[in-house]
Amino acid sequence: MATLIEAVGRETVNQLDYLGGLSIQLWAALRAVGASLPLVGNRYRWKASVAQMLQIGVSALPMVGLMAVCSGFILAMQGASELRRLGAMHYVIDLVAVGFTRELGPLLTAIAVSGRSGSAFAAEIGTMRVTEEIDALRVMAFEPVEFVLAPKYLAALIMVPCLSIASNVCGILAGGIFMFFSTHLGLSLYLRYVLTSIQLRDVISGLIKSLAFATIIVHVGCLEGFRVHGGPDAVGRSTTTAVVKSTFLVIVADVLFTAIFYFTGTH
Amino acid sequence: MAIISVRNLIVEYDGRRVLDGLNLDIEQGETMVLLGGSGSGKSTLLRQILGLERAHSGSVFVKGVDITRCPQAELRRVRRSVGVAFQSAALFNSYSIKDNVALALREHTALAPSIIDLMVWMKLAGVGLAGFGHLRPQELSGGMKKRAAVARALALDPEILVFDEPSAGLDPIVAAELDEMILLLKRAYQMTVIVVTHELPSAFRIADRIAMLYKGAFLAVGTKDEIRNSQHPRIRQFLDRVPEKMAEASALAAAFEKYMGTQEVNL
Repeated sequence: MATLIEAVGRETVNQLDYLGGLSIQLWAALRAVGASLPLVGNRYRWKASVAQMLQIGVSALPMVGLMAVCSGFILAMQGASELRRLGAMHYVIDLVAVGFTRELGPLLTAIAVSGRSGSAFAAEIGTMRVTEEIDALRVMAFEPVEFVLAPKYLAALIMVPCLSIASNVCGILAGGIFMFFSTHLGLSLYLRYVLTSIQLRDVISGLIKSLAFATIIVHVGCLEGFRVHGGPDAVGRSTTTAVVKSTFLVIVADVLFTAIFYFTGTH
Repeated sequence: MAIISVRNLIVEYDGRRVLDGLNLDIEQGETMVLLGGSGSGKSTLLRQILGLERAHSGSVFVKGVDITRCPQAELRRVRRSVGVAFQSAALFNSYSIKDNVALALREHTALAPSIIDLMVWMKLAGVGLAGFGHLRPQELSGGMKKRAAVARALALDPEILVFDEPSAGLDPIVAAELDEMILLLKRAYQMTVIVVTHELPSAFRIADRIAMLYKGAFLAVGTKDEIRNSQHPRIRQFLDRVPEKMAEASALAAAFEKYMGTQEVNL
């Protein structure tokens, strides 16, 4: 019994330590991210941010688009199989449009970015730890959070919402294609129905979620990298942990935001 | 006045004392070699001098600033006058050698790009790598990487140059070349040099004074001749390369023979 209580206590302390580490890193990143902005910041950091935007955003676009198209078809088909029996096929349009804008677009994007970029952040920073590059930065009077993390954070804050919008478009178009083949509804009419079913607040709530997901993915990935101790095996473990933890926290954050929007009447 | 002063420095990891109340003065312009076996605490002491780790108690003064207690901005200012060549070179793999050397100049000075290019060429020429600036770290041999790390450490013309195990992993000829380069650089730039090593020929070639560490405490601090002529049993053991536990070696051999005697040979 004492061992169990001890184990629970140790794990609680570990989780609090982790949350504390995330909070401190987030605060440091928010203070440092200004240095990565164009014109007012450091031009080398901005160049690094642009390179990160290409990696996080542009390279992920085909994968995110394909995932959204598949999910759009799935959602439309699953919805249609039930709604057809009630003679309410036109609600498939609402289901796909609202479902993607509020929920599926940001969530699918976050899962894709977490798998691609979250693990890459952990691996990159973890390797820098192992090869003493992080120490080298510090003794060269650079702040690792500003030098390594801030460009990634800025890039994610810009690109994850962009990818979410792209995901929404792909998913909704997939729903349109399904509706064309199943009910012969023209694409232009479908898009007109889509525009009447979604509202600005749906788009904004999806984008707010995207910003939160980007924050979680970058900070969990980077913290796992910064906490690497040991050799290459530790780097491997950190990449796996980064993906698992960031995906879990993204879903937890999604529940929280959805609950907030639901109870405040935004949805 | 000493450029670096270590006062009553105690470092502990998980309750285990690694450095036990060290006191050391390193005078301006001298070459101090921190000599000791594996696990003696010399790399830990170096990390304390560089402000990379937090001490349990005690102080480290670099140019009169107590880096264990000073604000981060002050620490960064002090670090600009310290150049470090790490054991693993710790070059940034995503940059070319030229960019590695130019990094601190671009970020910490307002020099024009043409001046920076000229300075980078001078630093690389100083370590014999003038024609290799366009290469990436992974394209260089071990000795060349170490020299590139020295060029990077010299970028801001530091007052203190630190080498962590400069000869580790190098063949005797390249190691001797590196020793000569350290002596040449010291004469040329009139710097204070700190070298952490366990290589005796290297230590006695480059040192003005040697601080001999054993289990986290200094056995002796003195000139090369004082250390060479010391009759302290531990220093003699280190200099005469006497294995630590001969009794255990014979006990191991006896145990091995006993084990072999009880095993049946299966063909």
